[in-house]
Amino acid sequence: MTARKLLIGVTALALIALPFVYKQPYHLHVLVLILIWSFAYTSWSVMGRFGLVSLGHGGFMGVGAYVTALLWNHLGVSPWIGIPLALLAAGLLAIVVGYPCFRFRIIGHYFALVTLALSGIVLQVITATRDFTGGSLGYTPERTKGSVLAAVQFVDKETWYLIALLVWALGLLIWYLVDGSMLRHAMEAISEDEDAAAAAGINVTAEKLKITVLSAVMTAFAGALYCQYQMFISPDTVSGISVSLQMVFAAVVGGIYVALGPTVGAVITILLAEALRIGFGTAAVGWDNLIYGVLLVCFIVLLPQGILGSLLVRRAAAK
Amino acid sequence: MNFAFFEVFDVYLLEAIVNGILLGGVLALMALGLNLIFGVIDVVWICYAELIMIGMYGLYYTYAVYGLPMWIASPMCIALVAVLGLLLHYIVIRPLLDAAPINQLLATGGVLFFLQSFATVAFGIDFRNLGIRLPVLAIGDMHFSYARLLAFLAALAGMVTIYLFMTRTYIGTAIRAIAQDRQIMVLMGVDSRRLYLVTSALGGALAGLAACLLVLQYDVHPFVGLSFGPITFMIVVLGGLGNFIGGFVASFVFAEIISLGGLYSDLEWGYVLAFAFFILMMFARPQGLLTRRS
Amino acid sequence: MLFVKGLVKRFGGFAAVNNVSFEVERGEILGLIGPNGSGKSTIFNVLSGTYRPTTGSILFNGHEIAGLAPHQIINRGIGRTFQIPRPFRRLSVFDNVALAGYYGQGRHSRAKAQASAERALAVVGLPTDARAEVGSLGAAGLKKLELAKALATEPKLLLADESLGGLDEHEMSRAAEMLRRIRDEMGITIIWVEHIMGVLMRVVDRVIVLDHGEKIAEGSPGAVANNPKVIEVYLGTEAQAQQELAAALHAEGAPS
Repeated sequence: MTARKLLIGVTALALIALPFVYKQPYHLHVLVLILIWSFAYTSWSVMGRFGLVSLGHGGFMGVGAYVTALLWNHLGVSPWIGIPLALLAAGLLAIVVGYPCFRFRIIGHYFALVTLALSGIVLQVITATRDFTGGSLGYTPERTKGSVLAAVQFVDKETWYLIALLVWALGLLIWYLVDGSMLRHAMEAISEDEDAAAAAGINVTAEKLKITVLSAVMTAFAGALYCQYQMFISPDTVSGISVSLQMVFAAVVGGIYVALGPTVGAVITILLAEALRIGFGTAAVGWDNLIYGVLLVCFIVLLPQGILGSLLVRRAAAK
Repeated sequence: MNFAFFEVFDVYLLEAIVNGILLGGVLALMALGLNLIFGVIDVVWICYAELIMIGMYGLYYTYAVYGLPMWIASPMCIALVAVLGLLLHYIVIRPLLDAAPINQLLATGGVLFFLQSFATVAFGIDFRNLGIRLPVLAIGDMHFSYARLLAFLAALAGMVTIYLFMTRTYIGTAIRAIAQDRQIMVLMGVDSRRLYLVTSALGGALAGLAACLLVLQYDVHPFVGLSFGPITFMIVVLGGLGNFIGGFVASFVFAEIISLGGLYSDLEWGYVLAFAFFILMMFARPQGLLTRRS
Repeated sequence: MLFVKGLVKRFGGFAAVNNVSFEVERGEILGLIGPNGSGKSTIFNVLSGTYRPTTGSILFNGHEIAGLAPHQIINRGIGRTFQIPRPFRRLSVFDNVALAGYYGQGRHSRAKAQASAERALAVVGLPTDARAEVGSLGAAGLKKLELAKALATEPKLLLADESLGGLDEHEMSRAAEMLRRIRDEMGITIIWVEHIMGVLMRVVDRVIVLDHGEKIAEGSPGAVANNPKVIEVYLGTEAQAQQELAAALHAEGAPS
């Protein structure tokens, strides 16, 4: 136990000290992206690990990003207030869509289809309100001069790296908290046998909603953070089906049942995207998703019991 | 024609209603394809809209770029997507027939990704248009594009053809039987592999037809599937996955909502309205969401 | 404690439960028997909230509970076991029971849940070892687990659904004894659905007999066993002769 704690401590220190020792801006940029997307993928896994596979998390991310940016640009609301409001919006959306689904036992691929429609609709809303949001052309939050804490805008990559690191660690913390909670047992019971879970006293709808709202809010936070970092958002980078599928792909490839699994997935997807961008330049647009698509199909077809099955087997063997 | 009759109604409202019906035809065609695949093979092709997108590009290239006449280009396009459907089933679905449904969804999701990116890489992200300008039919103050009318009639013709196929041919009857009860297949001694391939080809062909009709009216770009994909899923879920009549009815209901929504505001708000309707319907009529087979 | 009045449950045109009324007194063990398809499990499903009654009223401790959701009914103090055990295989034996203890009592405290779990497991005779897996339990063990889960919710009324299925004779009498002990030591009222009659008849205070969704007899085990309607429904009229034969044999002291 102490050896493990020592290892974690040393790694944490190394991660924190990194930007002070190694200041290559491009590499720090990639690291920030990896950290933010890891957090997003981890948010998806919070639900996905219990069989609540959502193909619509792009919608929540989009809500997080756009609400924050719109409140800042149009109403001058600081992201310190804007982000909580965005999280609230995402949570409400999760409830509005989740409640009828769970109350009426819409699960499995029906649920996936409903969430798919959700993310598509969020994209449509963003496009429809193009007068406010800039539509498919994208949207830019107004820049402040230099780093302004009140506007959550920082010029230097080092600061952003530390923020992203903190958020990523927060994501892992939440994952561990859920992992050790009764909610986790309840969700596992529900995913195995909903009726028996209800017979054990579990309010199935309520517990499912809880995990869904948590996941949605976390994802929205990732979206807001991404917006503040990149200072540019567009419907297809932060919302829509592509983002949703990308989340599923990364989490599934990296490993849904393991805390660091989504992080691994993020490392793979982002490094791949960057490698392609460097290798092919602008001609690389679309190639990364092409490869994800092929990889996703291969992964699912070739793993004998499918992704979830083989991970369960590996996990049981490891016990 | 006594135009006084039309003056009783708000002309634009009537126009929107009729346009809704016309739109419903094409949506019904797409819903039919999805329901066919689900009813027989028990799989949902999430990438269905993307198959249509490829078909749209297919028609664009054969007709607008290579100059083939429409009566050659359209069947080629339909055949192209039918083959794509076959390939999709053979390469992706067949190995996953016994896997958990979520894996099947994720796999078709991967194909969606793939097709969108393929189109981006191969065709670029610019919007392409067939460049056909069909005349507009004017009835009183209402205007209906011939493209839309043609699409509606072609969609109807497609559905009638499928109906005849399903009722007059052996394979079609087998498909109908299996769509009602999959267990029958073994008892009937039907070769399921061949049946699945035929169904996949049919589903692809329907998508191909829908592609031809859509590209007459709309521009094509790699992400055009995102415009009508979510709607199609809402239609088949609300109508009941595998429920042909339900899908047919739901198509027109949604089409009207979109059309009327578009009357009072931007087209995209029509979609939003449709989604809101969808959520409301889930509260009000959950039975509409359960297929006969669950 | 429990007043069921005019309970009807229809599925489409078919009435699985047709105008059934009965009472359950605090502290008794009530047997609910009847041939297959008589509506026993349906009544349990309605009582536990899995089904909503078509019509009828169910008063539990003075409150109307018909139509409440399963988790609400459990929180009010009605627990149930399933005829075919439905354990959560992904969780350990202890976690299965602790889960029921936590949610069944309204999510108040993990410590309380774990204490209830330990008590429940001790009563049924299963190990409280946190590592014991569901897979290591046999048929009898799974039944015990079902019971432990129900007990952990600290019920005032327990619906025991066919607790004897799949057990051998020795296990059966132990299971019956356990139910009696649960009533005696824990003060839990029990409704016991069973279709293996012999053991049940020795343990229950009262019996209700169902047939085709209707109540056809009610009373003490002895009275019900000799009720010709009951015999006919279960065994056909020949059985009456068999009964008399068995009674005669018993009177002569031969092992039955």
